Amino acid sequence: MEDKPGVESNLTKQKSASSETVASKPVIKSVDEVTIRFAGDSGDGMQLAGTQFSDAVAATGHDVGTLPDYPAEIRAPVGTLYGVSGFQIHFSSHEVYTPGDEINALVAMNPAALKVNLKDLRKNGIIIVNSDAFDRKNLDLAEYKTNPLEDGSLEGYNVFEIPISKQITEVLKDLNLPLKTAMKCKNFFALGVVYWLYNKSLDYTLNWIKGKFSKHPEILEANIRALKAGYYYGETTEMFTTRYAVKPATLPKGIYRNLNGNEAVALGMVAAAKRAGLQLFLGSYPITPASEIMQNLAKYKKYGVKVFQAEDEIAGICTAIGASFAGSLGVTSTSGPGMALKTEAIGLAVISELPLVIINVQRGGPSTGLPTKTEQADLLQAFYGRNGECPAPVLAACSPADCFTMAVEASRIAIKYMTPVILLTDGYIANGTEPWKIQKIEELPEINPNFRTDPEGFAPYLRNEILARPWVKPGTPGLEHRIGGLEKQHIKGNISYDPENHQLMVSLREQKVRGIANDIPEVEVIGDKEGELLILGWGSTFGAIASAYDNLKDEGINVSYAVLKYLNPFPKNLEKVLKSFKKVLIPEMNLGQLAKIIRMEYLLEPLMLHKVKGIPFKSIEIENKVKEILKIKK
Amino acid sequence: MDNVVSATQNDATPETIKPLYTAKDFSSGQDVRWCPGCGDFSILAQVQRSFPQLIGEKKENIVFISGIGCSSRFPYYMNTYGYHTIHGRAAAIASGVKTANPSLSVWMATGDGDCLSIGGNHFIHLLRRNIDINVLLFNNKIYGLTKGQASPTSSHGAVTKSTPAGNIEYPVNPISLALGMNGTFIARSIDKDTKHLQEMIIRSYKHTGTSFLEVFQNCVIFNDGVYDLYTNKETRDDNVIKIEHGKPLLFGKDNSKGIKLDGWKPIVLDLTDGKNSVNDVLVYDETSKELAFIMSSFAENPSLPIPIGVFLCVENRPTYDSDMEAQIKKAQGNAEGDVEELLKGNAYWEI
Repeated sequence: MEDKPGVESNLTKQKSASSETVASKPVIKSVDEVTIRFAGDSGDGMQLAGTQFSDAVAATGHDVGTLPDYPAEIRAPVGTLYGVSGFQIHFSSHEVYTPGDEINALVAMNPAALKVNLKDLRKNGIIIVNSDAFDRKNLDLAEYKTNPLEDGSLEGYNVFEIPISKQITEVLKDLNLPLKTAMKCKNFFALGVVYWLYNKSLDYTLNWIKGKFSKHPEILEANIRALKAGYYYGETTEMFTTRYAVKPATLPKGIYRNLNGNEAVALGMVAAAKRAGLQLFLGSYPITPASEIMQNLAKYKKYGVKVFQAEDEIAGICTAIGASFAGSLGVTSTSGPGMALKTEAIGLAVISELPLVIINVQRGGPSTGLPTKTEQADLLQAFYGRNGECPAPVLAACSPADCFTMAVEASRIAIKYMTPVILLTDGYIANGTEPWKIQKIEELPEINPNFRTDPEGFAPYLRNEILARPWVKPGTPGLEHRIGGLEKQHIKGNISYDPENHQLMVSLREQKVRGIANDIPEVEVIGDKEGELLILGWGSTFGAIASAYDNLKDEGINVSYAVLKYLNPFPKNLEKVLKSFKKVLIPEMNLGQLAKIIRMEYLLEPLMLHKVKGIPFKSIEIENKVKEILKIKK
Repeated sequence: MDNVVSATQNDATPETIKPLYTAKDFSSGQDVRWCPGCGDFSILAQVQRSFPQLIGEKKENIVFISGIGCSSRFPYYMNTYGYHTIHGRAAAIASGVKTANPSLSVWMATGDGDCLSIGGNHFIHLLRRNIDINVLLFNNKIYGLTKGQASPTSSHGAVTKSTPAGNIEYPVNPISLALGMNGTFIARSIDKDTKHLQEMIIRSYKHTGTSFLEVFQNCVIFNDGVYDLYTNKETRDDNVIKIEHGKPLLFGKDNSKGIKLDGWKPIVLDLTDGKNSVNDVLVYDETSKELAFIMSSFAENPSLPIPIGVFLCVENRPTYDSDMEAQIKKAQGNAEGDVEELLKGNAYWEI
């Protein structure tokens, strides 16, 4: 079963001509799932090659998970170990929850890329290298004393040495491009090889190149040639004895697209504003890994979105609060250090009781920490990181596509309850991609802003049955009123220093947030509803936990799992769920922040698994912990 | 829309039509909690008196945003929409309000600490963006609400609770700062000169773009008399000069003195000595940034009078809020984009 290669006539000729020289056609081996990593210098275009491959395989019906891994430096010195940029793609004939633990195939564009990534390659895994890059200088930069391609250290792997630089020079010779420009096509050559190896059509990328470089015919031609040259390199050389084919997954019917978490958050916010009939206003300040949310929303002027790039993080949230006060859906996006700067303003939004969505794309901390790496260590900050009794709902998205759903949920809760809502994502799901089943606006939960226009009996801190106060747009006649950060008199909203009133207002704000538990889904247990061990996750650990559960089940090990997306308040059934298991294991990318809250809230003693390395859990790490707990030999 | 409003739109002169409101309509009726004798009372009174003259501006379209400090209690006393926010952030919150809804008349009440110290960053970027917000800076050269520490406008050498041996910092010149940030309307007035203050409030309102009005305001408790030189009957004529567009820069009793430029250097002319006449005096041009800079530097030169009035007013720069609206309109063309199409994107597939 071979996909149509999607290459045009002249190359088809080349193909038939070359096929005569090939002694035996490689075997096509059917496999269930594959994980590939493209790695090279941060300027080698590995992110692009990886994105192209993942979009192309997703478009052919696979479930896909991806994870880019790039250095904090935009262009780190060429050839160095810390300048290596990688992009991992996991695709499968069944549901995919993660970008994959171990990799089946590694594309390494230089020695440094090989050295950094080799540890993650499976035994007998495939290594495709640009052998032209393995010169003494690059070997030194990668701190290789001897050339790994020659010293036998890669024994046990399937190494394919391809002189990609020479091939590129040859195939682009007559275009007379500057060498630097020509060498930029190396990534597409490598991509072509991988397309061939995994039996995938070039169509998707060919179309992409044609659209992208339509105004630069020479670059367009060069990239197409490089891509096809890579494909036919696989086809014509006798290097590869096996090709691989993965059957498409059986995903639910619908229209799909690939999304990363940041794209999904941006779209979710636009969709929520549309559903609510509100103008969307983002106030934000550039910060890794959240900037993409602002950049995407800035492109959506056509949909009436206003983006205010503020002078700092504080102004980012304050402009959003101002916009909410004016009757728009105010949003601010940031990452940990920016979140720290916004805390005072979150308190203002809490006491003013204005709707606001605060998106924290968590990264490694504390302080500047690991800007491009992932972590889940801002949970306690989201819960408690403010002065005073300052409750705010906290939600967490569990996968790239789930960022859409949770952005809509954050908006719904913010507007309905007149409260700031903190939505936690992280670098892992913000940059990782997966297919998303496109939703219609009318399928989204209802969001009604219910602006007050009637002056009769109005008071700014009147509360409805869910304790939400009225939202009034300035410009509404007869409802002129003042709000602010000073404590409010119950109902009337005037400044009040009355002791009884303060305690009442503190309690009302707390009760309002507690009450949201009645308005969110119960937490779902996968597996038996009671038993020996429950794995409890929150946010992005979902992928590794779900994979671990599947793998353990395949081995006949019976556990259950649940993943929290609503953290403050917790779902109503959480206590019952937790107390239905003898043991609860909480894997977190921190030192046990959810565990701390669970212990405090339910007087339970959960088992913990911490990973604070800037990289997400591998499912095997969770599997091993489960086996250790259940005293099963690994 | 009622007759009064449409009459304004037909360019009828304000004198011929009845204002929509009286000063009292702008009072929220809450107890005003400033110290008796505070200069803030006068600013509040002048705002309430001048607002009925903002012909056609409906009360419900007016929003007051403030930060923290004595001045920032201002919104509570105005019967308009108001938001008393957090320290230093009024400019940022006001920017969000105005950008989200440019049809509102947005005012910001702030003090020297709130605006120039903790809020300095937001203030300078507000001016740079030229968002159509009216800023009233109550400058009393002291932290009042926290009971008497030095502020960024406190004079060098000033003895305050935080500078018992004298202030070793040099003050911000708010007018020069605003000029440096490319402000488009920059003015100064004094709490006790009620007529002038009202005039400046109305001019601030009329300007399209960020209007910055610094008001010298006396703190009766912690910095009493700091502006006596400019407000005492005996000394004010010789120490205050009113800048008026198209008019010679005269001051002193019976306008006995004038300002002229010797190269770039401003000098005082005595118009009573028979050597100089009013014709030798510099005629002010409020559209000249060069002149505005020269006038702003008077504050650092004790031999020159302190200028009040409009230093700079330029109307040709589009505002941030209107430019953003224009970009959206341009992107939308005849119709708003279809969000369903956006969600679908270009690279989708069907299963």
